[in-house]
Amino acid sequence: MPGMFIDVQVDATVAKDPAMAKKLAEVCPVNIYAQNEDGTLAIVEKNLDECTLCDLCINASPPGTVRIVKLYE
Amino acid sequence: MRFYEYESKALFRRHGMPLGKSGLAKSADEAKRVAAEIGGPVVLKSQVLSGGRMKAGAVKFADAPDEAARHYETIVPILVNGQKCRAVLVEEKTPVAQEYFAAITWDGRRKCPVLVFSDMGGIDIEEVAEKHPEHVSKTHFSSLFPITPRIAKEAIAATGVTGDALNRLTPIVFELMRVFLAYDLTLAEINPLARLADGRFVVLDGHIDMEAEARGKHKKLLADLGIGPEETRQAREATPFEIKGAEVNAADHRGVAGNVVEFDGNLGLVIGAGGGSLTLFDAVRKHGGKPANYCEIGGNPSVSKAKELTKLILSKPGVEKIAVMMNVVSNTRVDIVARGVIKGCIEAGKKPSDVIAIFRIPGAWEGEGFKILAKYGVDYCDRSVSMYEAAGRAVAKMK
Repeated sequence: MPGMFIDVQVDATVAKDPAMAKKLAEVCPVNIYAQNEDGTLAIVEKNLDECTLCDLCINASPPGTVRIVKLYE
Repeated sequence: MRFYEYESKALFRRHGMPLGKSGLAKSADEAKRVAAEIGGPVVLKSQVLSGGRMKAGAVKFADAPDEAARHYETIVPILVNGQKCRAVLVEEKTPVAQEYFAAITWDGRRKCPVLVFSDMGGIDIEEVAEKHPEHVSKTHFSSLFPITPRIAKEAIAATGVTGDALNRLTPIVFELMRVFLAYDLTLAEINPLARLADGRFVVLDGHIDMEAEARGKHKKLLADLGIGPEETRQAREATPFEIKGAEVNAADHRGVAGNVVEFDGNLGLVIGAGGGSLTLFDAVRKHGGKPANYCEIGGNPSVSKAKELTKLILSKPGVEKIAVMMNVVSNTRVDIVARGVIKGCIEAGKKPSDVIAIFRIPGAWEGEGFKILAKYGVDYCDRSVSMYEAAGRAVAKMK
């Protein structure tokens, strides 16, 4: 189930990179990111609305490759 | 969390306080055996978490073991203020020359413990304080600095007790003070504390309340006393609604959404923050509102936690609307609670703007929170509207 308040957009270059996927999974305090079995990035949809807007994922990624979208704006 | 009398006495015994011979009976045969071991007249007392035992007939005297067994059978079925008897305490009957009262509780206004002592024990202390104030002393003491027996001695002496009685009472009352502080109690009471004809003192009845939040700190003591973690020790059994509330709180470690208490009104309350719950609950009632529940949220609950609590409250039969109100928050995020509450309404099949009578949580991230509320058409306000006014606005929508 997608988020009601928050959506996350990740560029394919980051999503397909296991090292980046691991980094995102580590930094997110509310477990929005995980890794698929092949190491690529998985978005845990049920946790999207828990996003605290901390920007840790944005800061951990190359500029502009991860975007947090506030669906209520 | 209240202790049964036998548990209070077990704690007192650990601290060397003088107690008569006694034993706990969970059958008529046990009552008979304990009475025989004591050898002589005994008193049988129902173990309930309530006063009024004597009036209810749940305290009886027996001169022989067979009589004790018969009294056991009479006492056990008696409900005392709705409380079931857990067991029967069989104690030696003590010939009393004089009864005293000693209790320590917390003075919220002075923010320190207060020792209340009277040389007129055995009866309602409020009545003594009103009719015979010279027989009651109130002595505050620090919970931070070391305490000495002198504090107890002065408190006792202030009621006119002197000589041998003063010297014998002092260590007992001082130990009660130590017990109060050592176990994070909110009440440590001995009433009556009896002086026998030969001058000795005996604790005849005791009451202990432990701060519920201190249970974790005193796990060993509670285990030693046989108090399991599942025992809530509330004034009444938890309702299914309250049990579900506790489950919501326990399911997620983030923040607090607990202490859910069921009432029979039509306005559900999602309330909290630094005493805000009590203030807001009272405000709702002051405005003539009928709360469907009490609860405490705070400590930055997650979206899912706020959502589950909202769903639970909305699922309660008779709830027409909810009021989401808190004191000004700093460590709870307004936007996170707003998300949770709105999500809870939608998952419960309700339109947030229809069922949220008022959303009044000012504080951290309120700008984001207000954007969310505005999008869903929820009536919200900031700190310029007092908690009392917000409660009034919620109640007005129920009429």
